[in-house]
Amino acid sequence: MSYDVEKIRGDFPILSREVNGKPLVYLDNGASAQKPQAVIDAVTRAYSYEYSNVHRGLHHLSNLATEKYEGVRGTIARFLGAADPDEIVMNSGTTEGINMVAYGWAMPRLEAGDEIVLSVMEHHANIVPWHFLRERQGVVLKWVDVDADGALDPQAVIDAIGLRTKMIAITQLSNVLGTVVDVKTITDAARARGVAVLVDGSQAAVHMPVNVDEIGADFYVITGHKLYGPSGSGAIHVRKERLAEMRPFMGGGDMIREVSKDEVIYNDPPMKFEAGTPGIVQQIGLGVALEYMMDLGMNNIARHEAAISTYAQQRLTGLNWLNLQGQAPGKAAIFSFTIQGAAHAHDISTILDKKGVAVRAGHHCAGPLMDHLGVAATCRASFGLYNTEAEVDVLIDALELAHDLFA
Amino acid sequence: MATQAFEDIVEDFEFLDDWEDRYRYVIEKGKEMEPLDPALRVPATKVEGCASQVWLHPTIEAGTFRFDGASDAMIVSGLIAVLRALYNGVPVDEVPKVDAPAELSRLDLHEHLSAQRSNGLSAMVERIRSVAAQAA
Repeated sequence: MSYDVEKIRGDFPILSREVNGKPLVYLDNGASAQKPQAVIDAVTRAYSYEYSNVHRGLHHLSNLATEKYEGVRGTIARFLGAADPDEIVMNSGTTEGINMVAYGWAMPRLEAGDEIVLSVMEHHANIVPWHFLRERQGVVLKWVDVDADGALDPQAVIDAIGLRTKMIAITQLSNVLGTVVDVKTITDAARARGVAVLVDGSQAAVHMPVNVDEIGADFYVITGHKLYGPSGSGAIHVRKERLAEMRPFMGGGDMIREVSKDEVIYNDPPMKFEAGTPGIVQQIGLGVALEYMMDLGMNNIARHEAAISTYAQQRLTGLNWLNLQGQAPGKAAIFSFTIQGAAHAHDISTILDKKGVAVRAGHHCAGPLMDHLGVAATCRASFGLYNTEAEVDVLIDALELAHDLFA
Repeated sequence: MATQAFEDIVEDFEFLDDWEDRYRYVIEKGKEMEPLDPALRVPATKVEGCASQVWLHPTIEAGTFRFDGASDAMIVSGLIAVLRALYNGVPVDEVPKVDAPAELSRLDLHEHLSAQRSNGLSAMVERIRSVAAQAA
């Protein structure tokens, strides 16, 4: 099947708008992706005709909403290559997913002096929950560096495993550098040593086919808003054994079977970990977004983005005043850069914005990586399934203007 | 009527039609500004609430207000230069009466500045006013 990017762009209404009088060139997909009409329609339809609380009532609408919502669990399982939908806990996204693991699984298990291994290119969402354990119970965070290209040697992560290492928390794809991490090699070695692995798939699941059963991590987190789905949607895949060990993170409706004055009987997993009324419509929208991606084909999306990545890499390296951060082989279409001289990342992004080009400027919620790179901030252009080579050209023109203005 | 220095900028702006030239002008103003002594780039002079780093160092001599400033971002440096034109040499008791948002809107710059940058601008104006109010 050929990949018709113009037709695909037509599925995303926001891409036809203008910004500052220029056609929008949306290159901030790493922060959040735009939504196809099918998702927008699904959200509207759910609120218009199919809305009620889930898992509660016996009336028609409650059954309908429950059926739709629960159906998404299966869609997510299929998207992630998980054999068992009961290993999917639905939530508001990666941050909730990682906090759930930190509070529910790691906190009761890790003692002072136990170690968690992290890479320096983790997002704050995969750092701060572990800092809680460091602050509150003396857990030690062990950091693994990336090399000069921004690549992460899986062996370096494996070598960091010590006698007190209980867990590895690692991204599969850096939100700043685009580096792809060989998480399967890490997971295989970690499991052989009885070390749990959490993989942050927030970026990876957007850009490449993912199979959690093959990767074999204990926890794999995704976030819906980056997957062309609604904000506030997401999921975590948790292996059965870990689900059985994990204590609930939040208490409230849906996660309990019976409550009396003296006792609580929890629901079975995954419901045990979905307290309160969930993001019903957000999840329904996420299900449609994942179907949309699967219809296009994750391999096709990856191929399209690889072509864009090659082209962008070639054009960006042609600008000899641009410092590109991260040149790891096989990296995704995420480019962080600064302009030589005094221009600040915010200066550059302001000028790009005037040209209709949306990029992120700042630390990208990756403080340790910024320290490692020795920069305060970068601009980041992150591409998605609807971006084109022509948009790379617009980016380059806008960068040339910025360079000219700040030179 | 604002200060002569600021009125000069307003006049210059009238000849600049497109945003590129206006940005170029503001950036140039920032570059021309005398650098702030690195010893003055300390927490006490740092202005929080800006997307980039900003330092303002006000002084009051014989009842006249002035400040020096710096930023690690070039557009913000330019804005500091514009604010210096607006405030430097103003009698300290008149500083709070300067309607900075209204004056800056004459430059048609505010709409070209992102919300974060605008916040930085208001944080700078806030700092200037509070220093002047304490001295007055």
